[in-house]
Amino acid sequence: MDVQTHRGNLIMNTATMAYRNLLKTIHNPDRFMDVIIQPVMFMLMFGYLFGGAVAGNVKNYLPTIVPGILIQTMLSAASGSGSQIREDLDSGVFDRFKSLPMAHIAPLAGQLFADILRLVIAAITSLTTGYLMGWRPIAGFGWVVVSGLLAIFSGWALSWVFALVGLLAKNATTVESLSLVTMLVLSFLSNAFIPIKTLSKTMQVIAYMNPITYVITAIRQILATGSLTHEALLVLVFGIGIVVVFAPLTVWAYDRNN
Amino acid sequence: MKTSNAVEVRNLTKTFNNNIVVNNVSFDVKKGEVFGLLGPNGAGKTTTLRMMTTLLKADSGSVKIFGHDTRKEGRLSRSMFGLTGQYASVDEDISSRENLMIFSRLNGLSRTDSKKRTVELLEEFSLVDSADKALKNFSGGMRRRLDLAVSLITRPKLIFLDEPTTGLDPRTRSQMWETVRNLVANGSTVVLTTQYLDEADQLADRVAVIDHGKLVKIGTPSELKEQVGGTNLNFTVNKLDQVNTAVKLAKEQTGTLVNLTNQQINVKLAKIDQLTPLLVDLKKSKISISNLTVQEPSLDDVFMKLTVGKN
Repeated sequence: MDVQTHRGNLIMNTATMAYRNLLKTIHNPDRFMDVIIQPVMFMLMFGYLFGGAVAGNVKNYLPTIVPGILIQTMLSAASGSGSQIREDLDSGVFDRFKSLPMAHIAPLAGQLFADILRLVIAAITSLTTGYLMGWRPIAGFGWVVVSGLLAIFSGWALSWVFALVGLLAKNATTVESLSLVTMLVLSFLSNAFIPIKTLSKTMQVIAYMNPITYVITAIRQILATGSLTHEALLVLVFGIGIVVVFAPLTVWAYDRNN
Repeated sequence: MKTSNAVEVRNLTKTFNNNIVVNNVSFDVKKGEVFGLLGPNGAGKTTTLRMMTTLLKADSGSVKIFGHDTRKEGRLSRSMFGLTGQYASVDEDISSRENLMIFSRLNGLSRTDSKKRTVELLEEFSLVDSADKALKNFSGGMRRRLDLAVSLITRPKLIFLDEPTTGLDPRTRSQMWETVRNLVANGSTVVLTTQYLDEADQLADRVAVIDHGKLVKIGTPSELKEQVGGTNLNFTVNKLDQVNTAVKLAKEQTGTLVNLTNQQINVKLAKIDQLTPLLVDLKKSKISISNLTVQEPSLDDVFMKLTVGKN
């Protein structure tokens, strides 16, 4: 038999690489543990600890904190892609990918597409935990799905940034600690857990410089108004912008990574 | 473009942090041969191989694969060879069947062809029984077999093997040698790096000895051995009073230096033909000998002579 080969195209290669990463995750279901445990833990702790202090009671606090923790979880799920890429690069299997006649972005894009599953599980866990604690958004189920999708998209866009960090960092441990710090700083110095107007002037400036604030605001607006607001569209456009800028950067980093 | 060379390496140079790792190396690999890159640890073998397989950019110099410049036609040249790296470059978390499927698809095979090729390779490399087990539970030998199987998906005419048997037990090692011989019998060209001299001796048609980034010598194993020269003849003279006569006879026959330790005589023969007349002379003089050994120079001697001890 003579093996027929043709130049694999970008979409097919990416799909194959995504399939590979999905298989890896399915063989190791504990890779989902972080994105399941973290939102449940934060939702319970923050809800019952600060609910009374911030909003009078837990139920009144939920419309603030559910979108906040949803996005915080997206951030940490997205940062997982960075350390996963670093680990893969160190394992030697990437040498083979590089020596194959395929587009250089395929292994990276494949990883990030497969990681959408992690984002989806993280989003569902966050929103369900909120529901179980008594959260009932006025906009209705349909708009909850829309806000979930916007959160997943934002997380996916951010995973390109973390992919670049993963490619540039020395090892997986560095990526992990860097990701943790980023996640904590970005989620706490925002409106994720408190209304911004309660902050001091300086802190307000910082919170408004934090892109996470806008994503959370957009999601709260969708859930409160039951419509795609101006802010939501802005987040969408900004997310696309991040992918357009960072995808070529990751390929550049991947190529110089010898 | 017709060329009789599978690979042409010209003036390849690579520097890491002001350290010249590969220094102006040039050689050709002919179609259908097994070409060995031999050298001590850290000599620059793997770096050379990584540049040949486009994994590493050379500072200067060029590599042509079947006449195609790897820098100008990277994708095309990559499609013409298979590579098995030093560390098993397969996915640990998934099974060998899944590995073969994924790499078949990435090599551009259709889904049906991928399935077919996967089954073929699993059989060829006796991996059928463990096809669906995760690789974590595999032995080193199985992993290497899978690794090689993955490199052979597209039946490339040129295969690069980076230290294919390092860390393998003797049985798996000879299995690997057998596989390499089969590849060549089927018309493939093989380029391998090794630090094992017997491996180079067993497998390679031609060997390039690399030391401190420089190509020191290139030739067939026997050419390299001739460089060191001479066959070693050792024997023991049984009776003490016959030793001096034996030494005299040996000197007369060979015209070279004869070393004597106790009753053991060591002579370096320029040609193996000198052996019979010497034995006849000893017999005529009724000198009884024992423990006779004749030793061709090994690649070990070549290696020791050509490489500078530092590594």
